[in-house]
Amino acid sequence: MPSVSELQNIASQVRRDIVRMVHAVQSGHPGGSLGCADYLTALYFQIMEHHPERFTQEGKNEDVFVLSNGHISPVFYSVLARSGYFDVKELSTFRKLNSRLQGHPTTHEGLPGVRIASGSLGQGLSVAAGMALAKRMNGDKHVVYVNTGDGELQEGQNWEAIMFAGHMGLSNMIVTVDFNLQQIDGNVIDIMSFRELKSKFEAFNWTVLEMNGNDMQDILDTNAKAKEMRSAGKPIVIIMRTEMGHGVDFMMGSHEWHGIAPNDEQLARALNQLPETLGDY
Amino acid sequence: MQAIAVLGSNDTRSGFGAGLLEAGKQDERVVALCADLTGSLKMDAFKKEFPERFFQVGIAEANMMGVAAGLATGGKIPFTGTFANFSTGRVYDQIRQSIAYSGKNVKICASHAGVTLGEDGATHQILEDIGLMKMLPGMVVINPCDFNQTKAATIAIAKHDGPCYLRFGRPKVPIFTAPDQNFEIGKAITIYEGTDVSIFCTGHLVWKSIQAAQALAEKGISVEVINIHTIKPLDEKAVLDSVRKTGCVVSAEEHMYNGGLGDSIAQLLARNLPRPMEFVGVNDTFGESGTPDQLMAKYHLDVVDVIAAAEKVISRK
Repeated sequence: MPSVSELQNIASQVRRDIVRMVHAVQSGHPGGSLGCADYLTALYFQIMEHHPERFTQEGKNEDVFVLSNGHISPVFYSVLARSGYFDVKELSTFRKLNSRLQGHPTTHEGLPGVRIASGSLGQGLSVAAGMALAKRMNGDKHVVYVNTGDGELQEGQNWEAIMFAGHMGLSNMIVTVDFNLQQIDGNVIDIMSFRELKSKFEAFNWTVLEMNGNDMQDILDTNAKAKEMRSAGKPIVIIMRTEMGHGVDFMMGSHEWHGIAPNDEQLARALNQLPETLGDY
Repeated sequence: MQAIAVLGSNDTRSGFGAGLLEAGKQDERVVALCADLTGSLKMDAFKKEFPERFFQVGIAEANMMGVAAGLATGGKIPFTGTFANFSTGRVYDQIRQSIAYSGKNVKICASHAGVTLGEDGATHQILEDIGLMKMLPGMVVINPCDFNQTKAATIAIAKHDGPCYLRFGRPKVPIFTAPDQNFEIGKAITIYEGTDVSIFCTGHLVWKSIQAAQALAEKGISVEVINIHTIKPLDEKAVLDSVRKTGCVVSAEEHMYNGGLGDSIAQLLARNLPRPMEFVGVNDTFGESGTPDQLMAKYHLDVVDVIAAAEKVISRK
């Protein structure tokens, strides 16, 4: 088991990967990727029981992860490569012609680690609920993790899935809402406010936890608690406060870096703040 | 011309229900989801036999498609059941991303297709669904013609690895194909051999086309009737072989011209064997309330329309 400081070191490398990938093709979504880098690092290097060396679509007898907000593909691809699903060198093909690392994640090109296409928002919770149902039917005790954006909850299908998972008591489903309060056009609360989330999930028979998604210790502690709370027989949601752009000072706290790439000078400034811990691809 | 024996009458949705039960018996991976239309989709028998493999999802079709994609990822063979309108147009993006693009082994089973849904009217009478589904890469699109064929098709798609769209209907129609037939996806079935005109038909228009062929035979016209139960992948060889012989074509379907079987055949012929062609279908309009028979007549989907199209196309040779 990696220590908290080791996980933080990995997350630093993941952040380097993110800004380098986005810079290389001058497109992609660095803000949300950076914000979720700590959580996805913890998930793939500590929290999940999974087998990168023998990836299957079915994911039988292992934990699986669904990225509903597919636009934060850079962080997803980085943790997949760094945890052994494919060679880190392949990160250099991100968003380029003939790559398995499409702008948004897909199974279509056979990239190990991806079990569903995402990008058109609001579909991941439903898919994850189906995966959780299959695991329950198969007697597989493992967990289906799914990450969704907070702005993404404006998509109505999420609420169908939230109703379904609560009704079915899918306690093998642990959802994180990336609660950074930013979306493309600005602040989530200004654009279309869901006002308060906790009571909504609770009303649909979910267990609700909250954590700081940019605090590695809190991530580990909250996820350990989430696993224990599965015994309540309800699906679990963790409202995960993150800062968009976390780890790169000039990208933090603004929606401006949702979907734009740094130039050469900005890349250098970003990399200066992010120690190279595992070696750049 | 040989008569076609009518074995009885039933709705094609009951064929789906019977096929689903059989598919469930044959393979324990088969599961079913329904969006509050269990009775209409004739899924009750499956639900009763396999309650642990049946999932009521409520009136939430988008979620149903996603849950089906997840179940397929987990090794199940999910069959979704709702009306054709709610199986396609309402959930197009969910099917596109989570099922088709993701390559999930989901069977989208759609009842009450076309105007024969009847009195509920145009909100429920989808005439675009074949087009929507056939445009998706990798999607198999099937529109069987009677109870027996729908049952056989349902069993067959459970054995096919990949997304499928199975379209069937509400009204009772004649049963004229064999019980317990072997259904081969993508393999056209020649009902009558003829030399003057090829009629390619699907779904409820197969029986209409048979009746039309019989009437035309009495006028001395030799009609080839081919049941294209699988619109995609299209049995291109069967189409081209027939048209080489007859030299002209009628397509017949309970669907828009745009996106339907006729459109697939026209594309094939335009590339390989251009010949005069007429279309029996709905021409760029919505349906309305009425009885199925009234609507089939008003929207020119009846025996007389197939006859008129055949005579017209022969005159264009």
